[in-house]
Amino acid sequence: MTPQPTTTSEPRGLARRSPRNRPPVNANGHRSGNPSGRIGDRVFSGAARACAGFAVVLILLVAAFLIVRAVPVIRADQANFLFSRAFEVTTAPLRFGVLDLAWVTASSSLIALVLAVPVATGVALFITQYAPAAVRKPVGYVIDLLAAIPSIIYGIWGIYVLAPRLEAVQQALYHLGFIPLFRDEGVATGSIFDAAVVLAVMILPIVTAIARDVFDRTPREHVEAAWAIGATRWEAIRYAVLPYGRAGLVSGAMLGLGRALGETIAVMLILSKPALGSPFTWSMFAGGQTFASIIGLNMQEANGPTQTGAYIAAGLVLFGLSFLVNAAARLIVSGHREYA
Amino acid sequence: MTVLLHPAQPAAPPAALPLKSLRVAPGRRMKNHLATTVIVGSFGLALVPLVWLLWTVAGNGLAALTRAGWFTRSQRNLTYTDAGGGAFHAIVGTAEQVGLCALISIPVALMLGIYLVEYGRGWFARLTTFMVDILTGLPSIVAALFIYAVFIQTLGGQRAGWLVSLALVMLMIPVVVRTTEEMLRIVPGQLREAAYALGVPKWKTIVRVVVPTALNGIVTGVVLGIARVAGETAPLLVLVGYAPDTNADLFAGPQAALPTMINNEALNFTTQGTYVLGAGGQRELVHNFAVDRMWGAALTLIVIVMGLNLLARLIGRRREAA
Repeated sequence: MTPQPTTTSEPRGLARRSPRNRPPVNANGHRSGNPSGRIGDRVFSGAARACAGFAVVLILLVAAFLIVRAVPVIRADQANFLFSRAFEVTTAPLRFGVLDLAWVTASSSLIALVLAVPVATGVALFITQYAPAAVRKPVGYVIDLLAAIPSIIYGIWGIYVLAPRLEAVQQALYHLGFIPLFRDEGVATGSIFDAAVVLAVMILPIVTAIARDVFDRTPREHVEAAWAIGATRWEAIRYAVLPYGRAGLVSGAMLGLGRALGETIAVMLILSKPALGSPFTWSMFAGGQTFASIIGLNMQEANGPTQTGAYIAAGLVLFGLSFLVNAAARLIVSGHREYA
Repeated sequence: MTVLLHPAQPAAPPAALPLKSLRVAPGRRMKNHLATTVIVGSFGLALVPLVWLLWTVAGNGLAALTRAGWFTRSQRNLTYTDAGGGAFHAIVGTAEQVGLCALISIPVALMLGIYLVEYGRGWFARLTTFMVDILTGLPSIVAALFIYAVFIQTLGGQRAGWLVSLALVMLMIPVVVRTTEEMLRIVPGQLREAAYALGVPKWKTIVRVVVPTALNGIVTGVVLGIARVAGETAPLLVLVGYAPDTNADLFAGPQAALPTMINNEALNFTTQGTYVLGAGGQRELVHNFAVDRMWGAALTLIVIVMGLNLLARLIGRRREAA
């Protein structure tokens, strides 16, 4: 709708106003016609501010409620909350710690990042530097479709279709078993590696989107200057586009990391659960539980404030982690934006 | 958003750069070819999981989806050895939960976007932007735990569908805010000034001029937000039980949804078939219907979510054409 030259909506307000008793400039910086307009302005801007306040308060409330529910249970914990590997919350002496969860969460997310970032960089370069302008949009849309697929569908595809195929890759990597990361732990499907591959696919769109954004903003002059001195297409990318986009790539990777850390259902369906008390392993071919997956798996059956409190404590750590990662990513992005 | 700062780069300038005539050293030329191969290859690699996944879900799910009664019947009194039944109960649950979520999210997110563009100045606006960013990255399981801690532990409520809606609100708001903000920012300032010059109050300018101008883009954001939350599973696991029969009551009792239906059928997943006790007391190998139902529910969910995405694109395109 475009503004109409007639003011049929407010005939009375205009009629009452004469140049001499024009109302003073109001808080919004412009002259407001009639008293109802001023009241309307106050109500409307108040509502808008209230919604903004709601977003701010919401995050604080999340932190507050998780802390209030978690702290008493962490105090009752008979094991060290940060450094214990146990997670026994159903039996009498409450013993739980987040060490194993932290390891599996971090390793699966970091492996996912290692797999996703190079591919995402390639896809972003393809879209911004190689693809003809006509197909750029549809190609970007196709990558965004990956983000539209619900995570539970990644989960069932990952465990029932992808993981059996990845077994061969896993077998091949066992030859590097002298490195602890590749040791054979007898988990054919449902290893941290399987989960990481699926996570890599899931975070690919967000990392690609941020990388596309920064590559697109590379000053045209930098690239043209590179071409002018005879650089090949790759050299122009290597010396003009990539250095310019580095900060953006880092923040895109961190946003992807944030997503991977908090992914619940896909990881929960894929990871095989190790037997109670099994020894710690550095291998990515072992099963395990992440913060999110152990909560998703057990909260349905959890009863009583002690059990749920233990899972809320795990959730609190996850909240803290993802807060830090996301905040860092945003700081890098906004710093870069000002510099760009 | 920021893409607007610089015009899009022309398609392929190196076409004007005849590599051979410039006698590029073979090593550099090789490197260039290798880079091209790797970059184009990485795009091909990214397509593999997309095509593979869609193919798997469509191939395995189509049989269940096209069977009579899939959209009209629930899983009431059916086990994984019984044929028949449908996903009606799950579709009802998903529609109700997402519907309530949208009802709450849209006005709040719209007003939040309006605040950020039309009113937001200074530290509070920066803080709000930062908090919306944090909300964007909030893991869905944490949102679910928060709602659990407030409404079940503190206020003594029971697990029910509406709590899922509340958790989904926390996930939908940032999506809608981001697009609303982006769309309101590209509304030309002259439109606002023209309205002010006619003596229209600011709030009326926003409601009658600014928002209608950006409406298509905002609707796109809303549809994308709905698509995002419709596939969420984690809040369902924590906040509502799964029920195989249709429960249209959002406020009491266990209620199915498409993601939890997939999860529930996955519990009985086997490609081998299942043994049951036959009429004569002997073991009989029968087909396991959980597999069909799982892929059927997955295809239903994908069709809904992808359909919403497509709808969002179409609405978005209309804006560009206008």
